[in-house]
Amino acid sequence: MVSIFPVHPTFSSYEKLLSDSQFWRSFMISVERVGLGLIVNMSLMILAAYPLSKSSKQFRAQKVYMNIVIIAMLFSGGLIPTFMVVKGLHLLDSIWALILPGAVAVGNVILLMNAFRAVPKSLEEAATIDGASQWRILSTIYVPVVLPTIATVTLFTIVGHWNDYFGALVYINKTSNYPLQTYIQQLSIDAQNITDPQKLIEYAKISNRTLNAAKIVVSTLPLLLIYPFMQKYFVTGIVVGSLKE
Amino acid sequence: MKNKKDQTAFHLMLAPSMVFLIIFSFIPMFGIVMAFQNYIPAKGISGSPWVGLDNFKFMFQIPDSRQILINTMVIAIWKIIVGTFVSIVFALLLNEIRVRFAKKFMQTVVYLPNFLSWAVLATVVMNIFSYEGPVNALLGWLGIDPILFMASNHWFRPMLVLTDVWKGFGYGSIIYLASLTAIDPGLYEASSIDGANRFKQLWYVTLPGLMPTILLVTTLNLPNVLNAGFDQIFNLYNPLVYATSDIIDTYVYRVGLVERQYSLGTAIGLLRSVVGIVLILSANKLAQKFTDYRIF
Repeated sequence: MVSIFPVHPTFSSYEKLLSDSQFWRSFMISVERVGLGLIVNMSLMILAAYPLSKSSKQFRAQKVYMNIVIIAMLFSGGLIPTFMVVKGLHLLDSIWALILPGAVAVGNVILLMNAFRAVPKSLEEAATIDGASQWRILSTIYVPVVLPTIATVTLFTIVGHWNDYFGALVYINKTSNYPLQTYIQQLSIDAQNITDPQKLIEYAKISNRTLNAAKIVVSTLPLLLIYPFMQKYFVTGIVVGSLKE
Repeated sequence: MKNKKDQTAFHLMLAPSMVFLIIFSFIPMFGIVMAFQNYIPAKGISGSPWVGLDNFKFMFQIPDSRQILINTMVIAIWKIIVGTFVSIVFALLLNEIRVRFAKKFMQTVVYLPNFLSWAVLATVVMNIFSYEGPVNALLGWLGIDPILFMASNHWFRPMLVLTDVWKGFGYGSIIYLASLTAIDPGLYEASSIDGANRFKQLWYVTLPGLMPTILLVTTLNLPNVLNAGFDQIFNLYNPLVYATSDIIDTYVYRVGLVERQYSLGTAIGLLRSVVGIVLILSANKLAQKFTDYRIF
């Protein structure tokens, strides 16, 4: 009998969780993935968005690059050809297979680009007169000014990496190398391997008892911790990114 | 001289991203030729025999393909309609709340599910709606027989729409809330002098003020009619409900990667992308025409 409220609250499942070595291994893989992904993705996207935000008068090849980015956004080879490329590069089973293919998220680049565009031109002109290079202008003027948008994109990137289960399902063969969400997902997906309808009805009847609710709580905890601090940024970010002019 | 240095800097900044886009976006585009081949992994793309449009013909002969297309569109369209409606209503209600703290708190709560993954939420949903879960316990208390929500072709689609809207409506309301703050307060003053009550103001001032945003968001949602939500369905469904919930994306995954029919999977994926691009370009044109907005 299961009731709406927990009948006998206990911490025994948390105690059991602490001794589940695969859970913690997956947890650490997810942490590593977020850390590496954040550094690689954010630096790539900021560096790409800045020149793209320039007018074609200031950066002659801007239109060419912009077209490349938009084509990459519109067309894709799809799941299977992308898988073959990752396989061809011998990235399967490595953490880089989870980070590199989606490293340049075009939507986020456009969000950053629009933020850079909104920075007053006079700031850059003043710096140019002082002899600053574009690298210096980007790092000391533009990045600090658009920090709210960068925070938004950072949150999106963290959430994206932390929540992704599918990448590992496709690119990682060893289950011991699964990140946390894929590990969690495997707990619930048992149903898909049952082909006998009768058994499936049985399965649907019982709530999945093998499933450890504690694992879910722990897996969302890191997100719940950063979320309140990021909220005001992502609201501004969405508004700036979607309601232009 | 100075400008030349700038140009070099710009090129250098873009170089790493371009390398990544070429490798992971442009090279896979050539993989599309697999859709016109009988791809044999051992022989590779250059060695596999050409079969022309056979994969596409085969695709249309699969009895499931009609059902999959219908499932995809029905689920996606319901999600768009209900999701948009609930987001707007929620934004309007929240806008009426004058206690700042209550408003902030509620926003924090409803935005949150958007940031949780379906891998996690699916297990929660499945537990809540399981045979012995709280929902059925409540139904039993009301004297209703338990329902197999997640294994019934009758209930599964409404469950998909319901849980998707629950996850996304808060986040979706952000843009409506933002445009509500842009409505001229003078209009409210004028209407209250004319004797309009709260409800009349909502109807004659707020809603018309919101209309451009609603139109824009709906237009930009157009490309999503083929996007019924892979993550959600993949994590919630099972063979019992394939008939009502198998969508293009889940089908491509099973046929292409699980069953390793690479060519067929690529062909279906290709057709979906082509239709998707047409929809995106149309949405961009429409949005530009009606609201002066351009995605790109």
